[in-house]
Amino acid sequence: MSGAFAPPLLDVRGLRMHFPVVEGIISRRKIGEVKAVDGIDFTMQRGETLGLVGESGCGKTTTGRCILRLERPTEGAIIYDGTDIATLAQKDLRALRRRIQVVFQDPYSSLNPRMKVGDIIGEPMKVHGIEPDVAKRSTRVRELLHICGLNPRFVDRYPHEMSGGQRQRIGIARALALEPEFIVCDEAVSALDVSIQAQVINLLEDLREQFHLTYLFIAHDLSVVRHICHRVAVMYLGRIVELANADELFGHPLHPYTQALLAAVPVPDPTVETARTFRPVQGEVPSPINPPSGCVFHPRCPAAVAGCRSARPAMRELRPGHFVACTEAG
Amino acid sequence: MLAHEARIAYKMGKGEFNVGGRVEPLLAIRDLHTVFRAGTGIVRAVDGVSWDVGPGETVAIVGESGSGKSVTALSVLRLIAEPAGRITAGEIWFDGRDLLQLLPDAMRAVRGGDIGMVFQEPMTSLNPVLTIGRQITETLEQHRGLDRAAAYKRAMELLVMVGIADAGRRLKQYPHQLSGGMRQRVMIAIALACEPKLIIADEPTTALDVTIQAQILELMKALTRRLGVALVIITHNLGVVARYANRVNVMYAGRIVESGPAADIYHHPQHPYTMALLRSVPRLDRPRRARLNPVEGQPPDLTRLDAGCAFRPRCRFAVAPCAEAPPALTAAVNPGHLSACFRAEDLAVSGEAA
Repeated sequence: MSGAFAPPLLDVRGLRMHFPVVEGIISRRKIGEVKAVDGIDFTMQRGETLGLVGESGCGKTTTGRCILRLERPTEGAIIYDGTDIATLAQKDLRALRRRIQVVFQDPYSSLNPRMKVGDIIGEPMKVHGIEPDVAKRSTRVRELLHICGLNPRFVDRYPHEMSGGQRQRIGIARALALEPEFIVCDEAVSALDVSIQAQVINLLEDLREQFHLTYLFIAHDLSVVRHICHRVAVMYLGRIVELANADELFGHPLHPYTQALLAAVPVPDPTVETARTFRPVQGEVPSPINPPSGCVFHPRCPAAVAGCRSARPAMRELRPGHFVACTEAG
Repeated sequence: MLAHEARIAYKMGKGEFNVGGRVEPLLAIRDLHTVFRAGTGIVRAVDGVSWDVGPGETVAIVGESGSGKSVTALSVLRLIAEPAGRITAGEIWFDGRDLLQLLPDAMRAVRGGDIGMVFQEPMTSLNPVLTIGRQITETLEQHRGLDRAAAYKRAMELLVMVGIADAGRRLKQYPHQLSGGMRQRVMIAIALACEPKLIIADEPTTALDVTIQAQILELMKALTRRLGVALVIITHNLGVVARYANRVNVMYAGRIVESGPAADIYHHPQHPYTMALLRSVPRLDRPRRARLNPVEGQPPDLTRLDAGCAFRPRCRFAVAPCAEAPPALTAAVNPGHLSACFRAEDLAVSGEAA
């Protein structure tokens, strides 16, 4: 990681993404909003891996899609290397896409089944006019396959001939084709089998080193996130509730939601598991159309006090670099 | 009953399944073979699998996609889609009867009656056009012969039991009006409706978030203990197994490669696959490692298996005999802990725990 005073590569400020909920077929009326992302702030340094964790519907994927500009944010700024990309016009996005790439979760639906592996990886270069020469492009594709641990002969195969782990490596090779500096990994290893997951995690770490990549690592598997990320942000119902260095966050979780999340993860050790007394957090995640007032976690929170119902808690730095949005923590 | 006992005694006498003087199993699967016709040949999805579940016991079947864990469960329930798939050999003894010999009507009484089922996707296993109430009462009317009113009353009790508040209103709702966790609670209510002796849960929490997963697993554990129901839990999540199972069967390429009490499997694994799997996962309870130790290579293509051990190409302990025939599942050191590896004894002695 670069020095603490270097300007961040990515600076997200007050990001909001609200989707309208409409009713009626002929006259469509807006009857509400899904507050998928509801005011989040974070920064990322060059070369850093930030983990974005939380349960379905917490807004982690939407945050990633805003940074990729697959969504146009409702509000807020996304300052990438000095430019606010939140408001960038469609025609200016192409240049951005060269720098920010994505690896998706499902290697079965994110590869075109009718394209050969070589064409899948070569297409971004063709689109961006990076390597117009066909022979050179094909050499580059083979090189990318090799970098991602695949046999260069796979260029003539179709995705259905490959296993899940191999397909995910193709997705990674495609993301690398444009030599990006920032990659959004949206649940990039979640769909893989346990024995393959570790291979792909190691590959992502090697590539980070080799190409000085910055990852926004979106995932729900906390053990994987702790392993791969430098810092971690925990999201709940569209907001970041805790943000800290990975070791710090997993060693001293301060927000009641983070604590509940960590307690819920079973570890692969029957002795540890039988020894611990465990009470899962009650209730379910409320609807983001009508989130609870004040702190969005208060209806499920074991530490909630009266004040939690009225005021949204501000982020406080309780330990160096450790931010918590909870009035009762610490 | 007598024939069944004699058969079990005969099998036990051969020392094959003599697992430390346990009581007679509730479910005993013997040498089960299930095959599927695929475009490129025959897939032996389950290839000679045997395991037991004792009354009230929780047994886990662990394995990755394509290892045959779900097909084993579907075979027990005789839900293999014919003619593409077929159970070609084996016996499935449940409560004194071989389920494979039952007529379709008798089998239908077992399914949802004596054996309850919980599947991974609560949205696809519940009927979207019937109310929750109707789906629970249908089971009760079919299997227990209750009338509408009595079935409705029992359905209310069941929803309360699985922790659904406002049961009266929920009974009138449709599956899409419920959250994922709530739907899985309804599935559990249906599975428990007829007071089964056994519940088979196939990846019951894989589609759920981690806090909801914890709630559902705690619920299943509490209810199966309180009601004395045996539970077969099929999963790929090693943490879930560690938290809930008494005994574990590890599957790889259609066979059981290791079987034993959960603590033995996790602390003293005796099959290279189990060892590699346990080493490969990052763990929250251990210091962060610089690098993960993956299981190298690719999962096997079941249409192209050769005569030897299916794990051989990925195994760092492989020796010459591994190429000739798959090793039998036998006890290497202690009688209750079986491993299908020629080198199980060496592995046990070297004490190379995960």
